[in-house]
Amino acid sequence: MSVEVRLPTLLRPQAGGAATLSADGSTVGEVFQALIAEHPELAGNLIDEGGQLHKFVNVYRNDDDIRYLDQLDTKVADGDVISILPAVAGG
Amino acid sequence: MPAEPEFVEPLLRLSTDQHRAIVAHCYDGLPDEACGLLAGPVQTDGEPTGVVTAVYPCTNADRSARTYTVDSRDLIKAMRDAESRHEELVGVWHSHTHSDPYPSDTDVRQAMEPHWMYVLVSLQHAEPVLRCYRIRDGAVRECEVAVSDS
Repeated sequence: MSVEVRLPTLLRPQAGGAATLSADGSTVGEVFQALIAEHPELAGNLIDEGGQLHKFVNVYRNDDDIRYLDQLDTKVADGDVISILPAVAGG
Repeated sequence: MPAEPEFVEPLLRLSTDQHRAIVAHCYDGLPDEACGLLAGPVQTDGEPTGVVTAVYPCTNADRSARTYTVDSRDLIKAMRDAESRHEELVGVWHSHTHSDPYPSDTDVRQAMEPHWMYVLVSLQHAEPVLRCYRIRDGAVRECEVAVSDS
């Protein structure tokens, strides 16, 4: 499955400046592994030390937050768009 | 590489209705912090003009009096709405229920958008106080705020 991944401005430097990337995988987690294999600097921004989605990013499959789906096990199909946005947070 | 844009301070322009909607949402959120997003036009370098065309009251997913996180579903909805009008999200507001209208250490650490206007609303006194800041690489600059009916 090939999907399009849209990166926020903040993460583009870790991906050679690209705003969108395409990657293969049948789940969001697999797509992320493919991205990280290509752009290792993205690793720490997407996945935390426990292997879960990093708390400071929101990830959407076609605008649905994967935290409300199956997290990194969320299935993806050809043509899906995965959007990554930094969490908007503070104190 | 394009040159890094200067750390300039736009004038945040809010209508009276927008100002009222932001402050009302902050009171509605008590005792927790409240938050919301701002949309408006941006210049070619990504810097907001300071004009706000939409305010989006959002859910504080933290449901906390000490921290806020804009609900992720509210975030994508607001972003798509702004994009549909060829605009962008240009800022976020949140309330400080018992402290000054100044970015906390957490606010500075978690500010991810160098182009955004970060609006603070302090509810610590009888009169609410609204202030606007840019936060970039740990540095904080205040921007002027103009509220008018025009």
